[in-house]
Amino acid sequence: MGVFEAIIIILYIFATGYLGYLGYRHTKTSTDYMLAGREIHPMVMALSYGATFISTSAIVGFGGVAGVYGMSLLWLAFLNIFVGILIAFVFLGEPTREMGRRLGAHTFPELLGKRFQSRFIQIFAGAVIFLFMPLYTTAVLLGGAEFVQTIFHIDNFTISLLILALVVGAYVLAGGLKGVMYNDALQGCVMLVGMLILIFLTYRVLGGINEAHKSLTDMAPLVPDNLKAIGHQGWTSSPKFGWGDKSYNMWWAVISTIVLGVGIGVLAQPQMAVRFMTVKSRREINRAIAIGGLFILLLPGVVYTVGPLSNVFFYEKEVIQGKILLNDEENKKVVILPEGATDESFALTIPINPKSEIILGENGSPDIVRPRAIAIARTGGRVDKIIPTYIDRAMPRWFGIIFLLTLLSAAISTLSSQFHAMGTSAGRDIFEQVAPRYKPTDRATISITRIGIMIGLVASIFLAAKPLRDYIAVSTALFFGLCASAFLPAFVGALFWKRMTKLGAILSIVGGFIVSGIWMLFFYSKTAGGIGLCMMLTGKTTLLTSPNWPVVDPIIVSLPISIILAIIGSLLTKPPDSKHIKECFGKNKK
Amino acid sequence: MLGLEDFWIVSAYVLSVASALGCLVYGIICWNKGGEILDIDNGTWEKEEEEVKESL
Repeated sequence: MGVFEAIIIILYIFATGYLGYLGYRHTKTSTDYMLAGREIHPMVMALSYGATFISTSAIVGFGGVAGVYGMSLLWLAFLNIFVGILIAFVFLGEPTREMGRRLGAHTFPELLGKRFQSRFIQIFAGAVIFLFMPLYTTAVLLGGAEFVQTIFHIDNFTISLLILALVVGAYVLAGGLKGVMYNDALQGCVMLVGMLILIFLTYRVLGGINEAHKSLTDMAPLVPDNLKAIGHQGWTSSPKFGWGDKSYNMWWAVISTIVLGVGIGVLAQPQMAVRFMTVKSRREINRAIAIGGLFILLLPGVVYTVGPLSNVFFYEKEVIQGKILLNDEENKKVVILPEGATDESFALTIPINPKSEIILGENGSPDIVRPRAIAIARTGGRVDKIIPTYIDRAMPRWFGIIFLLTLLSAAISTLSSQFHAMGTSAGRDIFEQVAPRYKPTDRATISITRIGIMIGLVASIFLAAKPLRDYIAVSTALFFGLCASAFLPAFVGALFWKRMTKLGAILSIVGGFIVSGIWMLFFYSKTAGGIGLCMMLTGKTTLLTSPNWPVVDPIIVSLPISIILAIIGSLLTKPPDSKHIKECFGKNKK
Repeated sequence: MLGLEDFWIVSAYVLSVASALGCLVYGIICWNKGGEILDIDNGTWEKEEEEVKESL
């Protein structure tokens, strides 16, 4: 590890520790612990929202997916900005903040519970969060542990995992939401810098914006046959649209899953919604929008552009000079030790195709390998390796540590919010509601929340054990989908529909949860296949096999049903008491 | 435009940049709006909050 790298890492660790300590010093009441005192600075709030939102899977996972499918993923970036920031902050953020303040809600389930005067809703929502968030948390933990391993050169994966979990757990436990958000702001800044440098260098390496895009467009004939068969028309083209044939699968996979699922799903994520309640007034929300929009443009926007563009790099620009150690024509790969590498562990294994160029050096000059491969072929079919390989091969050496810290920051900021949300749901939403006779003091509430965080932490570490890891991969999609279907209609209804009743909310939340769960277990191939219950019970991966049902995201089915249930349930019961409505919405509003 | 030919891709690209700029403009225009906290009756929890803060 070079001096530059060591300095950057030490600075990062110090800053993290200091900010966690600052959070601890500034935390005196349960409102400080759960809502950062409702007085957080708008820039901190915006950076925290963005950093929490964008986890490593958005950068490495979805970046890799964009490398395979192309720039149609940019619709997700657009939705993330337009819906995830503008619509969310303006139309959901301010009403959430205000209603949260009026009702004295300290968590997202508490907001729903108090609005609909239902302890059941608060407990159920809290339970959904506490039971299912560990799955999502573990996915992020596993990803983050890999970076810890790489950055600190730790051989043992389990030790890296424990270090990451315990360091993050420590500042969440000590500093509560203030500690979390101060660190989110640091991590957000690191992520911003990393992405700005990445897009700038990428366009420079590829010859400028127009040139880069044109080169990628010209590569359209290189789309592999199996992707063409599902509708891939090139990395700068949208996939084929239609219904009823396998050749439209890509459209439905990209648009329904990724765009709708993640784009809309983010609105009802409890750890996101709670951040609206951390600021003092509408003015702070307005200010946060300015920063939030730019942040989201630069994070997913850059990644969904760089992913596809990596194809151009690997096909046209990548040149490896060094010493060929093995030329395995039968298995179509070459092992080459790049120039300047200190030992064989730095050797690269390059998949070879008919277009690849291998030139053996003469008279002491180095061997040259030009992979001339599209991104997914270059990484031997591993989607998650596209972005890391691109960074390693296309970017200057000094960028390596910056990018690693960018990824680690993305992981930590998401993890901290998850631990915190699990803690508040266990402590405030479940325990304090289930034991209503126990009226905790303010101090006791903080302690109870801390216990909740510790339980969530242990559960996530436990789930990261090897045998369970395969199930974790599908969990992010599961959690986003569950939250959207269960919470989004009730959340929006709570803020805007005064006629919505307790029954409507309960039916919507429970119904959305059940339908979403059933769809994921029996109909949606990614989750049904991953979990395997459908196969165990019926011998089939999914119950409906005709295209394109297995690739239709659960949210397309469960969200409309959840909305309908909210409407039916509300209209079947008498309207809520007008005094309560005034308390929720205030006297001045109609 | 921008070396891209597909209408939907260009739209996604342009809309992404436009919406981010839209956020920036919105934030700047409304930078000082909404700072007043509506006058409402203090709920009991707010009183408790003050008491806790005072006791600390």
